[in-house]
Amino acid sequence: MTTATEMPDPDLLYTDEEEALRAAVRALLADRCDPATVLAGAESGRPYDPELWRALATDIGTAGLLVPEKLGGAGASAREAAVVLEELGRAVAPVPYLTGAVSAVSALLGCDPSQEAVAVPLAALAAGSGTGVLAVPLPAAPGGSAAPTVRADGTGALTGRVGSVADAAGAGLLLVPADGPGGPALYAVDADAAGVRTEAVTPLDLTRPLAHLTFDRAPGRLLATGDRARTAVDRALLTGAGLLASEQLGIAEWCLTETVRHTAERTQFGRPVGSFQALKHRMAALWLEVASARAAARNAADALASGSPDAPVAVAVAQAYCAPVAVHAAEECIQLHGGIGMTWEHPAHLFLKRAKSDEIALGTPGRHRDALAGLVDLAAP
Amino acid sequence: MTDAAELRRRTAELLAAHPPAGTERLDFLRARFDAGLAWVHFPEGLGGLDAPRALQAVVDAELDAAGAPGNDPGRIGIGLGMAAPTILRYGTDEQRRRFLRPLWTGEEVWCQLFSEPGAGSDLAALATRAVREGDDWIVDGQKVWTSSAHLARWAILIARTDPDVPKHRGISYFVCDMTDPGVEVRPLRQITGEAEFNEVFLTGVRIPDAHRLGEVGEGWRVAQTTLMNERVAIGGVRTPREGGMIGVAAADWRARPELRTHDLHRRLLTLWVEAEVARLTGERLRQQLSPTLDSVRAGGAPAGQPGPEGSGMKLAFARLAQQISGWEVEFLAEDGLVYDDWTLRRPEGVDFTGREAGYRYLRAKGNSIEGGTSEVLLNIVAERVLGLPPEPRTDKDVAWKDLPR
Repeated sequence: MTTATEMPDPDLLYTDEEEALRAAVRALLADRCDPATVLAGAESGRPYDPELWRALATDIGTAGLLVPEKLGGAGASAREAAVVLEELGRAVAPVPYLTGAVSAVSALLGCDPSQEAVAVPLAALAAGSGTGVLAVPLPAAPGGSAAPTVRADGTGALTGRVGSVADAAGAGLLLVPADGPGGPALYAVDADAAGVRTEAVTPLDLTRPLAHLTFDRAPGRLLATGDRARTAVDRALLTGAGLLASEQLGIAEWCLTETVRHTAERTQFGRPVGSFQALKHRMAALWLEVASARAAARNAADALASGSPDAPVAVAVAQAYCAPVAVHAAEECIQLHGGIGMTWEHPAHLFLKRAKSDEIALGTPGRHRDALAGLVDLAAP
Repeated sequence: MTDAAELRRRTAELLAAHPPAGTERLDFLRARFDAGLAWVHFPEGLGGLDAPRALQAVVDAELDAAGAPGNDPGRIGIGLGMAAPTILRYGTDEQRRRFLRPLWTGEEVWCQLFSEPGAGSDLAALATRAVREGDDWIVDGQKVWTSSAHLARWAILIARTDPDVPKHRGISYFVCDMTDPGVEVRPLRQITGEAEFNEVFLTGVRIPDAHRLGEVGEGWRVAQTTLMNERVAIGGVRTPREGGMIGVAAADWRARPELRTHDLHRRLLTLWVEAEVARLTGERLRQQLSPTLDSVRAGGAPAGQPGPEGSGMKLAFARLAQQISGWEVEFLAEDGLVYDDWTLRRPEGVDFTGREAGYRYLRAKGNSIEGGTSEVLLNIVAERVLGLPPEPRTDKDVAWKDLPR
């Protein structure tokens, strides 16, 4: 078992550069992604807002944060991407950042970027000019337990089905884990290629579209094989799960802030309802959860950024903790708003739906606790 | 600016001049204080070097490695955690010079005379009176929940100096001599069987005005410094992963496979995650409180003083201590039915991990009561951190003497 004494102290705060990045993302979202716009977009049937995505990914340059400069990225780290995700969570922004700029990019970085087949799509994703997703079901957890549901033959033709892939409908490139002729492999498939069928489903979370993907002898370009392919996928899931905690933190933060604002203004029985201890104690407890979630999420981001051997523990802790906090915050937000919280008009439901969906994404809290049992030597009976 | 290298150099000088092997414990501690290596963030001449608080760890690590004696913080925690920061902030130069050195070396133990039978959560309602008589104050009243009172040389005391103004405004803050003949200390036995706390009866106790901290009538504000530091002291102790009670529970789990059930496993993992997150949250708060630490950048960091956020840490600590110890008693099954010792003992400190699970379970009940109940702390977070409107108050503008009691 790894112990804290063997590892450097994590930096759990935010740097000036991270705060500047946050300010830029927050200003963009305040301008272009208010709740009414998010709701209208969700009802439009568009998978995401391409103009918002361009401004976020290319103009601010967030798409390439995880990618080294020599590979066409910004040469930053998971710490900065985590800050972007906090802001995207606070706005339930309908953009393919977690799936593309985090998971897909991490999968490509786990392959050999000196190969053109890897470097070209990586540079496109880093620049924000291309969109891509890792073709795994949204609930897939790190730890490499799930076997691929797609087979590849010797010519790279892919056949099989992957259900519930987030942001697949708007993606140009699909990174598909498959059983190849020589074992596990990772392929790139153009989403508009012959033999690829994308079937959108109606998602619980309106702000993160889901689709089932069917491959029928679809042409794949080989990215990696064997252990390299397996670890590339696992790295993507681990990075995705760790940074999802920051999105969950952002969701919880918005819910708490709005609830405090509402209950301080809403008057019943001649008093602001937020002055009643029955309500304020619930919000204070939520504040503690949010403060704790911040520490857990920062710890996971810092461990991922530094390549710490403790990253699997830090990520599992962050997911096991932050996922329920986001759900709890959204549920409290609705309850403490009273009737207005139940309406379509009020944005609280967007946060509840995202939080509940995020709880399942990249491994449920229970799966992450199960993973911890192995990681920290607390074996099941 | 004193940096880590400078502190290492000074620590090496101290060790060279006073080799731990050949130096009396107290002589070494005094020399360490005089070298400014006691609490490096304190001012020069008062045991510190005006250095960043986070650099204390550098000194501590060097001294530990050299086998230097410590000042037994478990025994003098109230002095270190509560009296010292208050004396530093509100004391006169003379008070600081008189009290801080023997406080830090442990030559003089401190206790805290705050709570009263009629003033618990509503501490500002306290009834202990201090009446001016020449250059002295004459104090009469009863205090309770006083740990270390039977060992203490000094106490920090709040008492009512003006009953004719609303309760928060009529309080003053004193240093009380526990050897005064008017001080009577009686053990208060608690649910663990031991008597860690005391009742303290004050009858005609004479306190010189020179032992007042802060202005007359300003005692409530001075006490806030003490209480904020208390909550940090209780909730903010740095621990490694699996430090504290969760480490004991995890060790039990590993050692006793025959007692494992799925239900206990599920709950243990949940508690393990919560304990790890609480540890990280405390660590983050500490990083925020050390604005000159290398990893802390400008902006957003408070000025090194604990704020109401410390209340949040104490809330988390109390809940976890209670849940983990309850889990442990249940896990131990037959062994959980047994208690180690109900004898009335007078421990010098709380040692959560040094006794059996049953003791931990019972002692942890106090964690959500002492130093501010969890309910009061939730109010503090709601009103001071979140800015939620206060409960309507009927006692705020009424003279203390006219309040119903």
